[in-house]
Amino acid sequence: MLKNIKPLICALSTASCIFLVTGLAQADRMNRTIRMATTTSTENSGLLRHLLPRFEQQTGYQVHVIAVGTGKALRMGRDGDVDLILVHARPAEELFVKKGYGMQRYNVMYNDFVLVGPKSDPAGIAKSKDAAEAFSRIAQSSSLFISRGDDSGTHKKEMALWKNSGATPPDNRYREAGQGMGKALQIAGELNAYTLTDRGTWLAYVSKLDLKINYEGDPQLHNPYGIIAVSPERYQDTNFKGAMNLIEWITSKEGQEMIGKYHIAGKQLFMPAADQKQAVALQRHSVDGHN
Amino acid sequence: MDTISSSIIPAALNLLFSGDPELWEIIAISFRVSGTAILIAMPASLLTAFILAYWQFPGRRLLISIFNTLLAVPAVVVGLTLYLILSRQGPLGEWKLLFTQTAMIMGQIALAFPILVSMGHSALQSADRRVWETARTLGASAPRSFYTVMREVRFGLLAAMFAAFGRIIAEVGASMMLGGNILHHTRNIPTAIAMEASKGEFALGIALGLVLLILAFSLNALLHHVQGKGQLTT
Repeated sequence: MLKNIKPLICALSTASCIFLVTGLAQADRMNRTIRMATTTSTENSGLLRHLLPRFEQQTGYQVHVIAVGTGKALRMGRDGDVDLILVHARPAEELFVKKGYGMQRYNVMYNDFVLVGPKSDPAGIAKSKDAAEAFSRIAQSSSLFISRGDDSGTHKKEMALWKNSGATPPDNRYREAGQGMGKALQIAGELNAYTLTDRGTWLAYVSKLDLKINYEGDPQLHNPYGIIAVSPERYQDTNFKGAMNLIEWITSKEGQEMIGKYHIAGKQLFMPAADQKQAVALQRHSVDGHN
Repeated sequence: MDTISSSIIPAALNLLFSGDPELWEIIAISFRVSGTAILIAMPASLLTAFILAYWQFPGRRLLISIFNTLLAVPAVVVGLTLYLILSRQGPLGEWKLLFTQTAMIMGQIALAFPILVSMGHSALQSADRRVWETARTLGASAPRSFYTVMREVRFGLLAAMFAAFGRIIAEVGASMMLGGNILHHTRNIPTAIAMEASKGEFALGIALGLVLLILAFSLNALLHHVQGKGQLTT
């Protein structure tokens, strides 16, 4: 019996070989593929679908976008599962570079965080003189607060702002969604709760929500986005060249103009913020070659 | 709320039948990935089911219990396990398969396998053991006799295949984790539904849900049709 199943086993192993070879062929195409881990805010707001087709058309690269929270994106970069990351958590990004996981960090754009909540503003945060006061007013009120709770850039920011305000909301009024910004906004809308959101996602969702911006404008709510290529010294076979090409394009005049032109319902979502000096340094870097 | 629910279904149907290329691309990816997974999983799992049903060996009962237990493993656990294996930090990191359709296929094979084994095993158990013995005494080779037994229980096996296909084409956890929901590459029906729902784009989500429903219905209709014919001819 054992001898007779041999042909079957042969057939099966042939099948798995074919399977493997197709997998390897896929690896062969990797040079033309750039993998970018980014935050849900850049993907869900539609910005990347506005930008990337132009880059792909000009360079022949294909950009695979994996949209997760900033925490997970940083982790993917650290593990070498992606070629570059586009995220918004400045201190964490600087640590990422300092630890040698990534090359230099480049400014790409910024927007700001806003505190949104019920239209009646039951906690009265509109009257606050700064973000810390707005947060402590929410903590003292009887309103719900929805937290991202997913280690994303927005969540990191929210934690810093709570710490700064010195207040903590009681557990029963503080709900961690553990999901993307859009989902957290939907939950806040359904539960008539406050939440912290980046302005880009807010503008993309505002027409579907029964909420409004209750507090904005504190410099502490500044939300810069940075782009970092995963260090080729740690992982030789990431597509570093492709990653640098994408960084170069997105910080170039053309990329920056396209970011500035992206509007939803007549409102600009992101302000271009690439540093011209950095862009020059970047060009020198790519001339020096990194093959 | 009324306005939302009343406008979504027409919008969904419109998307579906207007031939929206993005929607149909997502559907095609779903079918390619799940179809490949089933085709690869079928032979090995049938052989396993056959061995479990026809061979006595130590640990056989334990193995059956294990396969039945695996039926209950959440897709995200399968996804996470494979993620750790395929990640660059993992043992197979060199292959660079994470966030590819191949990774999704691997995850779906892992999900389909226990269903195929478990349901295939019970189908084989319901067959008359003498089929195998008769075929052998009549001089058929082992593979030929194996084929005869499989033919005997083909409807049970077909049901197993449809059940497994139904699970993998509808599961979101493993596909999201292993594929990464990359547009044009690894975005399939379930991950797209999850994403569209979180974006508040309910119409596209419902349209994709309708595709899955239509698919489930057609598969069931097909199964009924085939089974009905089988009963008439035997």
